[in-house]
Amino acid sequence: MNVEQSVAPKPRGGVLGWLATNLGRILVSIFVPLVMFTVLWQGFLFLRDSNAPQVVLVLVAIIWGVGGVAALYTVSNWVVEQLPDEWTRRLQPFVFVGPALAIMAWFLAIPTIRTLVLSFRDATSLHWAGISNYVYAFTDRVMLESFRNNLLWLIFGTFFSVGLGLLIAVLADRSRFENVYKAIIFMPMAISFVGAGVIWKFVYTYKGTGAGIQEIGLLNAIVIALGGTPQAWLQNAPWNNFFLIVIMVWLQTGFAMVIISSAIKGVPAELIEAARIDGASEIRGFFNITIPYIQGTLLTVTTTIIIFSLKLFDIVRVMTGGNNGTNVIANEFYLERFTYGNAGRASAIAVVLLIAVIPVMIYNLRQFRESRAF
Amino acid sequence: MDTKKTQSFKQQKMISSCLVNGILILICLVFIIPTLGIFITSFRSSQDIFTTGWWTIFPHKAAVASGEIHVDPNADLNGPISLPGVDGQYTFEQLRSGVSLPDGRTLTWYGNKRTRLINVTALKWVWFNANLTTKNYTDVLSGANVNYLDANGNTIVRQGDNLSQAFLNSVAVAVPATIIPILIAAFAAYGFAWLNFPGRKTFFVLVVALLVVPLQIALVPIVQDYTKLNLNGTYLAIWLAHTGFGLPLAIYLLFNYIALLPRDILESAFIDGASNFTIFTRLILPLSVPALASFAIFQFLWVWNDYLVALVFLGGKTQVMTMALANMVGEKGQDWQLLTSGAFISMLLPLVVFFALQRYFVRGLMAGSVKG
Repeated sequence: MNVEQSVAPKPRGGVLGWLATNLGRILVSIFVPLVMFTVLWQGFLFLRDSNAPQVVLVLVAIIWGVGGVAALYTVSNWVVEQLPDEWTRRLQPFVFVGPALAIMAWFLAIPTIRTLVLSFRDATSLHWAGISNYVYAFTDRVMLESFRNNLLWLIFGTFFSVGLGLLIAVLADRSRFENVYKAIIFMPMAISFVGAGVIWKFVYTYKGTGAGIQEIGLLNAIVIALGGTPQAWLQNAPWNNFFLIVIMVWLQTGFAMVIISSAIKGVPAELIEAARIDGASEIRGFFNITIPYIQGTLLTVTTTIIIFSLKLFDIVRVMTGGNNGTNVIANEFYLERFTYGNAGRASAIAVVLLIAVIPVMIYNLRQFRESRAF
Repeated sequence: MDTKKTQSFKQQKMISSCLVNGILILICLVFIIPTLGIFITSFRSSQDIFTTGWWTIFPHKAAVASGEIHVDPNADLNGPISLPGVDGQYTFEQLRSGVSLPDGRTLTWYGNKRTRLINVTALKWVWFNANLTTKNYTDVLSGANVNYLDANGNTIVRQGDNLSQAFLNSVAVAVPATIIPILIAAFAAYGFAWLNFPGRKTFFVLVVALLVVPLQIALVPIVQDYTKLNLNGTYLAIWLAHTGFGLPLAIYLLFNYIALLPRDILESAFIDGASNFTIFTRLILPLSVPALASFAIFQFLWVWNDYLVALVFLGGKTQVMTMALANMVGEKGQDWQLLTSGAFISMLLPLVVFFALQRYFVRGLMAGSVKG
């Protein structure tokens, strides 16, 4: 798989001799990166402290950020190519892979361990706190409520997203206007959870009862038109959770639909035809051929949405702030760390989230080993 | 016999097609109406928004004032009252709470007993009741004070939300936070696919393992680091964070693509004496444009729509769209003319990117549906 560079054998004197012949080269190799770092540092200071008009700042920021990364690679590669061929060959892979590994280590791999350690320390991370944070995470009333709600999100959110996605994928497959339907269902994927929060808050809005009050929220207007009384949908526990879950279904159905739809298109037409000739009804054909065929895809979609539902934060934060019995784990994490300033408890909650996704991680690793991509 | 069979088959086919399209249209309506609602509302004047639902801009039957009846000054108001032009008699209490006549008119007593005035409304078709304006958009984009009318016609003054600034901030965050991880990931993917180095496989297993790690796990330590480095609130901080959280997926996607590029192209380039760097920039990057594009859309939408990472690392100093919008929900939860236009502005760019490049996006989704 690897293309080895052809290395011409090179006559080598002592290290000192090499140094002497290449002194100019070495000096330039040090000088160029120094210039680059100075320029980048000045750019950073300018961006941090300047009061230039915002459009200018934004443009400078984009050029500085993107150009800076490109320059880092170009210069470090150039420096490595100044070395003797043997060393170039040894070090160049790390010029390519190194930055990515370093950033992943800093932002994901090492923090996992650090968070694990912090979860055994107290609110200020200064003293050991034993397992008290975990005791909190698994016994506190607020946490238990969050677990219950996450379970609701996980079960109902995932079920309806995947179910509706499957239904639409199957139906759209038989329609001439497939692409129009799919684009409409898919559109919410481009909308932020905060934006979706505003959209649905407006649907659920409630003005109270009294003379001359006109409900401007769609749901309450429908309820009134059907002869019911308007409700404050986001305040009545535990039903408000379901009104929030609707938003997740609205956002995630498109994702499920697109992936399932492409899997359905992969079902060989001969298989279905053969079943029809044997006299199987359309519904039986669907359950006995299509579903088993797209099983793997359904599993992938389901796990992806399950993970999504575990980490769900924005919707709850924007819609209710976790009040009225709608708190979820990720919101409680945010509150503990950034509102109450309790790093220990927040870390313990993050570890709980991590533990919840470990089965998926193991599954991914196993799949990867079987695929033999390496 | 045979023709009859095909006919009934055709009929059956048509029925099922109608059924399929009917169900789909119904689902699509349910999906699109909430968005349509805020889109229409964002163009209505504030007073209209507070007094009537957005759907009233469509043709509908509404109670329209059609006249008034003056009650005979000598009529006894304690018993049933007969009115001119109305069959039947109604008591004051009935009239007070409103009486619907069989002919569609509604009678409502105005004020107390002494007024002796009855308002008459009739159900009529209102064809187009739209008083559309773009004021909401100029208001929400501005950072200065804005005025608007509430339901009763009172003027209310609010501090503007300066969404134009938030929009620019979002651009400054999202563009580099999309390009930087792609660049870094492309280099890494090339390294993993075509270069040999110790630990190559171990490192890639790490990438796969990190695919589903929830980013919450990283927030507490990274905030500590940023505080030490005095990076909180800078663009660099949030670019790095988005790069870190996006890299595993980016490397995984790009590796799957770059590793499958035909071997002989690279070999002939090597024989011609090209260095790895030249091959990567001149050959690999142009060849991987489809994969780069699909991840770019993915990452751009993710960063633009992100709320948590921005909230944690940018703080109050530099607000991006999602933060500004979320703050508006908190502070001005009932100012729907501002919320709806703000929400629509925040959706504009991602929707354009999304519909223009949908094909690439779907491909990216397929390849990346393992991400957490």
